[in-house]
Amino acid sequence: MNELRVLVIDDELGMRLGAERVLSGLTIDLPDVGEQVRFLVAQAESGEEGLEKIAAAVPDLVLLDHKLPGMSGLDVLDRLTADKRDVLTIMITAYASLETAISATKRGAYDFLAKPFTPAELKAAVRKAAHHVMLQRQARRLAEEKRQVRFQFISVLAHELKAPLAAIEGYLRIIQDRSAGDDQAAYDHMLDRSLVRLEGMRKLIVDLLDLTRIESGQKQRDLKDLDVREVARTSIETLLPSARERNIAIRLHADAPVVLSADRGEIEIILNNLVSNAVKYNRDGGQVDVTVRADEQSVALEVRDTGIGMSREDLERLFQDFVRIKNEKTRNILGSGLGLSTLKKLATLYGGEVSVTSEPDVGSTFTVVLRKRPDGQEDAHATRDDRRLAAGN
Amino acid sequence: MTRTKQTILVADDDEDFVAMTKILLEAQGYEVLAAGGQKEAEKLLAGRSVSLAIVDLMMEHEDGGFALCYHIKKKDPAIPVILVTGVTSETGLEFDAATDEERKWVKADVMLAKPVRAEQMRREITRLLAGKD
Repeated sequence: MNELRVLVIDDELGMRLGAERVLSGLTIDLPDVGEQVRFLVAQAESGEEGLEKIAAAVPDLVLLDHKLPGMSGLDVLDRLTADKRDVLTIMITAYASLETAISATKRGAYDFLAKPFTPAELKAAVRKAAHHVMLQRQARRLAEEKRQVRFQFISVLAHELKAPLAAIEGYLRIIQDRSAGDDQAAYDHMLDRSLVRLEGMRKLIVDLLDLTRIESGQKQRDLKDLDVREVARTSIETLLPSARERNIAIRLHADAPVVLSADRGEIEIILNNLVSNAVKYNRDGGQVDVTVRADEQSVALEVRDTGIGMSREDLERLFQDFVRIKNEKTRNILGSGLGLSTLKKLATLYGGEVSVTSEPDVGSTFTVVLRKRPDGQEDAHATRDDRRLAAGN
Repeated sequence: MTRTKQTILVADDDEDFVAMTKILLEAQGYEVLAAGGQKEAEKLLAGRSVSLAIVDLMMEHEDGGFALCYHIKKKDPAIPVILVTGVTSETGLEFDAATDEERKWVKADVMLAKPVRAEQMRREITRLLAGKD
């Protein structure tokens, strides 16, 4: 339950009491924003008194009489605008003259109510204003959450960039001071590790750029009909060298071309991420199965490995930015912790989703489902495309 | 001088910190037991004794280092423990083991903030091992 503070500024006692009586017992249900609102009413009998009360405690809503002794309702409105008060104003006008209404709206009033009004009219106007206030609050909350997420992202990013720098600097100092004596193997190890950490940093920066481009929406998307099976083949070819090094076999399962209207670069990122993970987190001599399937609405990319798998707790954190599952089995595996969150964001562009099943020491299966019509609209063009594809199969 | 090599345990999930510390200490004539986490360290310690332990505060679990210090001291209160941490530089939180009061709950003899300078590490180890053999 939310409580909105309402200030009634009117020189007529009857008006003030009437408004208070109607509003103080009122509960408004706003199902579309999922909120309920109650009202806490205060009164002021002049514009001057009203401004004093607003300065002391800013209300959410002001019912402001147009015709007041001393400063007028419009003067009060001007002051509220000049002071940048975050408050919604409903102007109450004795005569519903168009002129006053326009002038009030121009000067920042949210709505107006013509005198005399019925309790039902007052309730309707207040309901509309309350709806607006609650929407604003939700938007502000969302913006704040976004800001927090961004802040956290940057802190973690800074940490992830600082860690390899610290390691490389540490190694270089030891090498510079010849602190390892004449142990050549130790110097070789330190140089190797420095290069590995540099490579990790480069990967992080590349992944970060991918993610930024996707998130900002600045990347030009080039949507074309393409054969996902063919993209999968390319992706497998790219990763074959690192798979062969560890004697891992990659197999593609797809009986026919699978056509999807998509951006080739995006599908490549998705498949490269999945297949590269399946190789990285596999056991030596293991196997990777890539399956491309389609039905009428969607295309599914499934990548199954015979690797180290994950526990239930690991699975829950898996798709967050920078989350890397750290344990003894993953200690020597390089990664930025951005691959899967990038993948998830890409899948969203296709109205799709990513799911995973996993068993420790048995393996993991990642499935990305991409919708053929991301917006879910059955427009004529899409239907025609589908028919053509069905005929093609 | 025919004394046997003194053994130092280094426990940290930061592979590079372990590698660097191991290289530096071995060059100074110590034998090093390297562990990538609390569990591995406890396993190593079950089989043999050490003269000193260098433990990172944050390992598998947030307080893995604290727990490991506690277990080392419980086994033999005479083993000096150096607790290293990146916490100060990352979060601004300050821990120390400078007073008896602090050492009562932080079971370590010295706390060093990462990055630890080689010279500083060498000095602390020499000081803590002085008189021990």
